[in-house]
Amino acid sequence: MNLTSYLALAAILFCIGLYGVITKRNAVMVLFSIELMLNAVNINLVAFAKYGMVPNISGQVFTLFTIAIAAAEAAVGIAILLALYRNKGTAEADKYNSMKG
Amino acid sequence: MNISGELIAFFILSVSAIGGAVFMMNLTRVMHMALALAFTFFSIAGVFILLDAPFLAVTQILIYTGAVSILMIFGIMLTKHKDEENPPSFDIKKLWSLIGVGAFFAVVLWIIYQSPFFTSEETVTDFSVKMLGKSIFQQYMIPFEVTSILLLVALIGAAVLAKREEKRK
Repeated sequence: MNLTSYLALAAILFCIGLYGVITKRNAVMVLFSIELMLNAVNINLVAFAKYGMVPNISGQVFTLFTIAIAAAEAAVGIAILLALYRNKGTAEADKYNSMKG
Repeated sequence: MNISGELIAFFILSVSAIGGAVFMMNLTRVMHMALALAFTFFSIAGVFILLDAPFLAVTQILIYTGAVSILMIFGIMLTKHKDEENPPSFDIKKLWSLIGVGAFFAVVLWIIYQSPFFTSEETVTDFSVKMLGKSIFQQYMIPFEVTSILLLVALIGAAVLAKREEKRK
């Protein structure tokens, strides 16, 4: 197995996540797509840790940090979403336009 | 390219990961989307095992397929969703975002296949959990502590944000 296969897999997952972020209307699914994009980046980090020019365990450490940050992001995102839902009565991302100029 | 067990495993795992993600995009019920994405996260854990990162694979299963999926399902259940999303209408906005994302993907893939990635000669790097622990708790001690502070702040922030506001008199 070579590096490019893993990078291509990560690119595909990243682009699917990006498409989801742009087109999904439910805000929970937007958050979920962001998690998918973060996971694609994690695959890149771990692949470079094994097959990169200087194989090093640092890539895996970075991935652990990324997972921790992503978990915190998901928790805060869901909390913000619940607060928004309580105020606006909807979970659709299109309806959150009260800051629109 | 010779067919090895690693290649077959990579093929199966990547097909299930991409398949789960594509199903997530196309399913209409929100709960089914969450389950499809949990399946994708599970396949990514398998990819981590292929890449000599067993600790990360276990962490992935614990945090993503376990915690984050359950958190998202709570988020789905606590907000009133129309159980069926609107039937997938193909409007002009979706078409443009598909074109944009497709162009981005083509550029990224072109760059990946063009760049000369030097694979290393030394393939006997020690990727054991012991080395990972040594690396975290010696070289990356300060970022580890900062991460713990960040998790604490995020916990408090999430609790404060999601708390029901009292009625002001």
